[in-house]
This record gives sequence, structure tokens and C-alpha cells, in this order.
Amino acid sequence: MARHKSGGDRLIRLSLLLVALSAISVLAIITIFIFEQGLPIMAKYGLKNFLLGQDWFPSEQSFGLLPMIVGSLLVTLGALVIGVPLGLASAIFLTEFSNRRLSGFLKPVIELLAGIPSVVYGFLGLMFLVPFIRKNFGGPGLSVLAASIILGIMILPTIISIAIDAIRAVPDSYREGSIALGATRWQTVRMVVLPAARSGLVAGIILGMGRAIGETMAVIMVAGNAADLPGSLLAPVRTLTSNIALEMAYASGEHRQALFATGVILFVIIMILNFLANLAARKQFRK
Amino acid sequence: MKDRAIQVVKFSHYYGQQPSLKNLNLDIYRKEILSIIGPARSGKSTFLTCLNRLVDLVPASRVEGKIFIDGQDIYQPEVEVAALRRQLGMVFATPVPLPMSIYDNLVFGPKLQGQTNRQELDHLVEDCLEKAGLWAEVKDRLKTSALKLSGGQQQRLCLARVLALKPEYILLDEPTSGLDPISTMKIEDTLRLLKDEYTIILVTNNTKQAARVAERTAFFLMGELVEVNDTEIVFTRPADKRTESYIEGKFG
Repeated sequence: MARHKSGGDRLIRLSLLLVALSAISVLAIITIFIFEQGLPIMAKYGLKNFLLGQDWFPSEQSFGLLPMIVGSLLVTLGALVIGVPLGLASAIFLTEFSNRRLSGFLKPVIELLAGIPSVVYGFLGLMFLVPFIRKNFGGPGLSVLAASIILGIMILPTIISIAIDAIRAVPDSYREGSIALGATRWQTVRMVVLPAARSGLVAGIILGMGRAIGETMAVIMVAGNAADLPGSLLAPVRTLTSNIALEMAYASGEHRQALFATGVILFVIIMILNFLANLAARKQFRK
Repeated sequence: MKDRAIQVVKFSHYYGQQPSLKNLNLDIYRKEILSIIGPARSGKSTFLTCLNRLVDLVPASRVEGKIFIDGQDIYQPEVEVAALRRQLGMVFATPVPLPMSIYDNLVFGPKLQGQTNRQELDHLVEDCLEKAGLWAEVKDRLKTSALKLSGGQQQRLCLARVLALKPEYILLDEPTSGLDPISTMKIEDTLRLLKDEYTIILVTNNTKQAARVAERTAFFLMGELVEVNDTEIVFTRPADKRTESYIEGKFG
């Protein structure tokens, strides 16, 4: 009987292992595929030409990705500038200053934002935000600014829900201790709660950043997509993801490989961000 | 006649509809150690949090009656709560060092009041740690995390942190309930030294501790003040039968 049971245990363990491995193997296959398709052309024309070249003319063997790298980083940074203060402020309000009823209502509503398809965000941006920018600030409206604002809104649910979890994980005894020492509610948040929740907050911000840098559809719709270094926040911009999505349909030969090379660079950037997120999440405030 | 520092007059507290303190009348004298004993859930800790209005944080809590501290009714709207809480420093049952260095824990309160002079702060830190009997143990590692200290050390740190506020009163909520006998002894020694300068209110469910350190003892039972008197009298010839049976260990 005991033998039989341990046999069943082993079977279950083995099958769970297989399932786990299959998830990992998908990642491995994607990685191998992208690198296998993208690396040869990078080797052929030199990594430097890809990373630092400013001209993207695939039909003339000119594969400079710098405008797209700068574009991705710029709209991501812009999204963070907009999303992080808003997101953290919302999370602080919902956890520390609102009553249970209000936060119980607002938190699911905010999480609903995450369920809206990105094409809807892009559409709203195109219909309202782009004309607004064109009229009030000049330029074509399709711009770094428009993409940053749309992305800033799109990363809010990620940042808010992770920040809420991080802030709620701070023990109440810290708050009581601080308030008993004569601190006000806000001083307690600023000097005790936020530092204690820091690693979780950082993880939330980095995950939001990952979402911003990977977003494609909404960005294509509002960013203008010119493959040039943007001269200002009101100039159009193309990101790495847009570059792939826009041209993959008709690309062939080296052009197609260059798009995979774009994917390689994006992949590396996202891996670095994920690594940072894990690092921040694991690092506790007790040193 | 002794100086009455705190007067509690017909004071009641409710959690929702549930009364937790019923019609208390109690005077606390300046520079005495008053201990409050009683079984669990008799309102001892609630009473402390009513004194420094930490009870404000509890939703659905309500008070009736008055508490005068140095003649001021502390439930009047003009009372500045943060200042009140600095005046009545509180040490909790579980030591709660804030997640920062030993030094930063101590200067947390003073810095909130705008004290920034480095030398004065250094001085204050040494002075308070010395009084709390912790200086010798931590003077070489003031910058390390307070969370790394042992339980007994953490509790003395919390006491030192309260002293750094320069309070008039020290409220202790079962400060030694989680500590070993030696740490307990150290805290009690410290309290005896401190009573020349501070008015101390010590909630404890260790009756022997009350007998060891307090000049007067109050016995709380289910939200009521059963009796309060000189510790010796409470322990040798209590006026109330219930006090006697609690002290003899018949319940609680």
C-alpha cells in the first residue's frame, strides 16, 4: 500500500515537473528563435551600427536603430513621469487616507483599467488627446507627449495595485509607533510607511515600466511613428515595438532579419528590467 | 496634598456599542509610578490609549466624560494631538522599533519637532540610551538596524526613544510581557530610576511586577476601576473582595 502511494506521488511530481518545464520551454523557444533570426544580421553589419546608427533604411542596408531605442526609452520615461506620481499618490490615498468602503469601491475600478484593450486607449488618444495637443501646443499632435500620456495612464493599474499591496504589507505597529511618537499621519507615511514599503514600490514601478516599454498598439496610434530622433516632446517618434509591428507584414530577407534584431534589443532591455524588478522585490528593508 | 497631574472624571469609552471603560474616576499624581493591574480585556490598555488619544485611530470608538492633563481637558478640539502624544510617551507590549537604524529611531521624534543640530542630537541619543540602560550595549553600532537587536534591547530602545521626546509622562503597556526575566529586571530598574523625573503609568498583568515597582496600584476589572490605593495596601488588605481574589490568583 505504502509503495503504491509513493508511486502515485512520484507520478504527480513528474507530471507537474513536465507542466512547469513546458512553460519554461516556451520562453526558451521564443528566446532561441528571436536570437537565431536576429543575431546573424547584427553580426554581419556590426552591433555598433544597430545600436548607434541613426538611419533606418532597410532597403538600402542601413539598419540604425538608435531613433527607435531613444524613442522607446523616451516614451517609457515620459510614461513613468506621469504614471508614477499619480499611481503612488492614488495608492497612498487608498491605503492610508480613505475609509475601507471607498477604497473597496475604487480599487476594483482601477483594476478594471487594466482590462481595457490597448487599441481602445490608442483610439481615445487619437480622437481626443492628439487633436488637443495639436491645437494647444502645436506640432502634428502625434508625438512623444501623446504616447507618454497614454502609456502613463495605461501603467496606472499596475503601479497602483502593486503599491497598495506593498503599503498594506507594512505592519500597523510601525504606524502606531510613529504616531505615538508625535508624528502626524502624513509624516508617518512619508518617514515610516513608504521607506518600509520601498522594495515593493520599486518592483511595481519597474513592472509598470516593463509594460510601457512593451506596449505597441496604443503607441502606434498616437506616436506618429517617424523613424527619426525626436527633436522635442511634440515631435513624432517610433518605438522598438512599433518598428516591428509596422513593418513585419511586408518585410523580407535582411529587412525581416533586422526586425528580429530589433526584437533582440527589446528582449535584452526587458530582461534587464525584469532582473532589476526581481532584485528590488527580493531585497528587504532590513539590511 | 500631592500634585494631581492627571484627573480622570466620569470617563467612559465604547467600541461601537460595547463599553470598554465604564465611568472611571481616577487621579494620577505627579512623579509617581502608578501601576494598573487586571485580567486581560479589562480595559487597561484602552485606558492608556485614551490618555494619549491614540484611541482616535480606532474606528467606531467613542468617549464620554473628561480627562484633564495638567488642567487641560484633552478631548477639547483645540488640543494639538501630536504635541499631546509627545508629552505622554508610550511604550507598547511588543517592541516596535521602526525599520531604521538605532540612531534614527531615537532622533525620529525630535526631528519631527524640527531639531536638527547634529551635536545636540548626538548628545540626546547618548543621554536617552544611557537612561534606558542600553548605551553600553549599542554605542558601537548606532548606525545598524534597530531590527537586529534582541527583544529586550528593542524594548529598552523603545523606552529610550520615548525619553528622547522629553515627555512629562511615560505610559507603558505591559512592557515586559514578551521579555525574559533578566531583560524584565533591567526595565524595572530603569523605571525606578526614571520616576524622579517622570510620571509613570505602568499597565501590567504581572501582579508581582506591580508590587515591585509601583507606589500605587489600580485594579481594573471588565472596564471598571475596582480600587486604587497604595500598592502595599492593595496587596495586603484590599478593600474589595474581587481585588483580593485576583491578586491571590483565583482568576485572570
